[in-house]
Amino acid sequence: MIISDRKQSSPDSANPKINWARIEEADNFVKTVKLFRQGKYDEESFRRFRLQHGAYGTRMTSDYAMVRIKIPAGEIYPDQIEKISQLSEQYSIGSAHFSTRENIQLHWVILEDVSEIFRGLAEVGLTSREACGNSVRNVMCSPLSGVCPDEKFDATPYALATARFFLRNPMAQNLPRKFKFNFTCCEKHGMVRMVDVGLIPQTREIDGALQRGFKIFLGGGLGNKSYVGNQLEDFTSEEDLLYTSIAVIRIFDRLGDRKNLARNRMRYLVNDMGWDKFQNLVFKERAIVRATQSIITQLEVDHSSTQIRRPIRISDESGNMAIPDGYARWLKTNTVKQIQPDYRSVFLTLEAGDITASQLYALASIIRDFSSEGKARSGFVQNIALRYVHEDDLPRLYSRLLDVGLAKSGALTMTSPIGCSGTTSCNLALTNSHRLAKEIQRKFLELKFDEDDDLSDSSIKISGCPNSCGQHGIATIGFFGGGGRVGKDMYANYQMSLGGRSDGDTMLGQTCLRVPAKRVIPVILKIIETFKEHKKSDDTLKSWIHRVVSGNEDSSVKSINDIKKILEPMIIPPAKEDDPDFYLDYGSDSSYHTKTGKGECAA
Amino acid sequence: MCCLIESGKITTDVDSLRSEIRDKSVRVIDVRREDDYKRDHIPTAVNLPLANLLSDDSPDRVLKLVNSMGIDDETSVVVYDDTFGALASRVAWTLEYLGHSDVTLLETTYSKWKSLGLENDSLVPEFQNKDHSIKLQSNILATSEYLENAKSRDDVILLDNRERLNFLEQHIPGAISLPYRTLASGDKILRSKEDMKRLFENRGIVGNSEIITYCGSVGTLSGLAYYALKSVGLPNTKLYVRSFKEWKNLQKPTEKQEDASYWDLSAE
Repeated sequence: MIISDRKQSSPDSANPKINWARIEEADNFVKTVKLFRQGKYDEESFRRFRLQHGAYGTRMTSDYAMVRIKIPAGEIYPDQIEKISQLSEQYSIGSAHFSTRENIQLHWVILEDVSEIFRGLAEVGLTSREACGNSVRNVMCSPLSGVCPDEKFDATPYALATARFFLRNPMAQNLPRKFKFNFTCCEKHGMVRMVDVGLIPQTREIDGALQRGFKIFLGGGLGNKSYVGNQLEDFTSEEDLLYTSIAVIRIFDRLGDRKNLARNRMRYLVNDMGWDKFQNLVFKERAIVRATQSIITQLEVDHSSTQIRRPIRISDESGNMAIPDGYARWLKTNTVKQIQPDYRSVFLTLEAGDITASQLYALASIIRDFSSEGKARSGFVQNIALRYVHEDDLPRLYSRLLDVGLAKSGALTMTSPIGCSGTTSCNLALTNSHRLAKEIQRKFLELKFDEDDDLSDSSIKISGCPNSCGQHGIATIGFFGGGGRVGKDMYANYQMSLGGRSDGDTMLGQTCLRVPAKRVIPVILKIIETFKEHKKSDDTLKSWIHRVVSGNEDSSVKSINDIKKILEPMIIPPAKEDDPDFYLDYGSDSSYHTKTGKGECAA
Repeated sequence: MCCLIESGKITTDVDSLRSEIRDKSVRVIDVRREDDYKRDHIPTAVNLPLANLLSDDSPDRVLKLVNSMGIDDETSVVVYDDTFGALASRVAWTLEYLGHSDVTLLETTYSKWKSLGLENDSLVPEFQNKDHSIKLQSNILATSEYLENAKSRDDVILLDNRERLNFLEQHIPGAISLPYRTLASGDKILRSKEDMKRLFENRGIVGNSEIITYCGSVGTLSGLAYYALKSVGLPNTKLYVRSFKEWKNLQKPTEKQEDASYWDLSAE
C-alpha cells in the first residue's frame, strides 16, 4: 500500500513547539529555478541561493539535488517522520539518510521538485534553510541531553533557542564559510572540541545561588586539516551565551578568509592568529556586543518541560509475551539507562544512516507507542534515539523493531561504522565509503563483535575523500578514500588513521598506512587480533590503541609503526589476473577510476 | 474525442459512486485478484482481474469482455483497485482505447473505501450480454515504433513513471522521471487539480506538447500518470502501453546515470 494513502497524523501525537518553516520560500525557490533554467540567473549566484535553501549538488549531474532537512537539536516528532517518509517515496529514492550532524537527507531529488519538498516540510514545521551554504548549520545537541546521568542540566532548550536566533538572521547569511554549533550533555558524550563552537553545560554557585552556564570550545573542526577546539574561559554564564555566540560570528564574518576556499573555516583563522589573540578578541567583541545592543537581546529559552506520559497499552500487560531471540544482545548493545528511574534510551542503528520509507513510517508509530516523551532524537552517528522508553516495554519494543528491520544490535558499539555518502551521490567522493561501512557492519555483526566488551567503546568512521564528512579523524580506526595505482590500473584505496577520539581527551587519529578498499575488513580484523594478543586485562581496543599511539605501550607492539609493519604484507596489490575483484570498488562492476566534480562546501 | 476530455471528469468521488449504485446507473469494475474480489467488494461490482485482461488485450478479446460485463456504448463505468489506482487506470485506458467514452476511476482505493465503513458484499452480479461497438482510439496509444519517431520532435515529452532508482539505472533516452508516487495525495489516488498543475508546471509539463508516458512493463503506473495528465486538462496524451520491458526486448537504445553508485544509498 502506498504511504501517502495512509492516515497522516494521530490525534495523540506530541507536536513540535517551534515552526522552522516559511512556506513562501517554496514559491521563491520555484521562481528562481525557472529563472536559472532560462539563463536569467547566473550559475554562481544560483548555487549560493540553492545552498542557502538546503539543496546540495549531486554527483556528476546538475539535474538532481540533495535536500538536507535540518533537525535542530535532533528533536523530531512522529508526524514529521511520516512526512519525510512520504517525501522520500515521492521525490527521492524511497529511502532517507540520517547524517552525522542530525540532519535527514533526501538524495537524487530533481531540482524542479525541491520546492515540492519545501511545501511538504512546511506542513510539519521543518525546513532545510541554511542546512548548506555559508551559514549557521544545524545546531546539534546530544541525543542524551535531558536524560544523561552525568549532565549538569539539559542543554536542549539552549540549542533550540540558538538555532532559532540564527536561522534567517541577517548576520549569518553570508559568512566566509559554514559555521557549526554543537551542544552536548557531558564530557563523555563529547563532540564539542571538533566544531566551531562546542558547548558543555556547567553550573557554579554564586552567593548560594546556582548559576547555569557553559564550557565553550572554539575553533575546532574536522576537514582536510583538522584542529581541536580551545576552551574560551572557565565558565560562560547563560546570559553570556548569546553575546559570546554573536561575538564569535562577528569576528569570523569580519576576519575570516573569503579568498582561499581551502582555508576559510574559522579554525584556520584561530590557528593563523594564535589562540591567545583570538581569545582576547572574543572577550573584547563580546563586551562591545553586550554594550551596543539597542534593545536587550536574549535567547528565547523555552524552559517548559516536556510531558512524560507512558503511552497507554491496549494489549495485555501480563508479561506473557515470548521474548524474541536476540533480545539480550540488543538490550546490552543498543540501550542506556537514563537518570530518570525505570526509563531507558534506545538507539537504532541504520546501515550507514539509510532508512526506507516504510521503516520511517513504522518508526513514527513506534515512537508514539513507546516513547513517553512522544518524540525521537537524531544522533551523532547516523542513528536515531528513542528516549523515555519504560523498562517494562523494552521486549515489546524490540519485537516491533524486529518486525520492521530496525532491531540491528550493536548501535552503541564499534559494529556501527559511519560512512559518508561517498560515490553514491557526492561530487567530491573518490570511493564508495557508504557501502564499505555497510559491509563492515554486516561482517562484524555476523562475527558478533557487538557483544565483545573490548570493542564497544571503539569506533570506525569512513569518509570517501580527505574532507571529513565521515569524521574519520576522531575514529579509533578511521579511513578516508583515495585512489591507488598499479601501472595503469587503479583501485580504491583508503588512508587509515588510528587513535582518534572526540571525548574529554579529544585527539585526532594518527596516520598509519594506506589500505585498499577490498583489504579494509581483513586489516581491521588483524588489528583486533593483535590487540587481543597484547591487551592488558582491563584494556579495550580504544585504550590499547590510545597507549600505542601516545607511545605509552610497553609490549612488543609499542608504536603505530609496529602496527604498520604487521599490516604491510596485507596491502600489497595482487596482479589483476589473479584477483580482478581487488580493482573494483564496493558496489561497482566496472574498473575503478577516481572521478570528481566540483565541491560545493565552499560555494 | 472521448468524453473524459469533454467533461474533464477523471475520477468519481465516493458519494457519487454510492448514489449511482443506488440508482443502478453505473457499472463498477473491480480489478483486484479473484480471491480478494470474492471475499468482499463494492456492491454490484463485476470482477476483471488485471492479469485476466492482460493475458490477451487484443481489441476483439476486450470487446468480448466488455460485452460480457454488460457494458454498451452508453454505460457509465467506474473502475477501482487496491493498488493506488494504477491497475484501475490500465483497465480504464483499455476501455477508452476500445472507444468507450464514459469511464472514470474511483477517487480512492478499496482499502480506504472499507476503512470508511462503506457498504460492501460478496454477491457476484450477473449481467445480460451487451453489444459494444469498436472505435479504436489510436490517438491515445503509443507503440515502440511511434515512440521512436516521436522522440526526436521538440513538442514531445516522454515521462518515465517508475521509481527513481530504476530510472537512474536505465531509461529511454530523453525521458524525464516522474515517479508514480508523486501523483497521489493523502487518500486520493490523484492530487487535487491545483497541486497536480503546479507539480507539472514546475517540471515543464505544460501547454500543447504531446506527452507519452511509460513505466516498467504493462502500462499500469504510466496509466495512472496518463489520467493524472488528463486531470489537469493536458489533452494530447498517449500511453506507451508495452513500456520499458518491450523497449529493452527490442534492444532499442537506453540511457543511464553514470559514475554514481546510487543503489548503495538505498536502504532496501
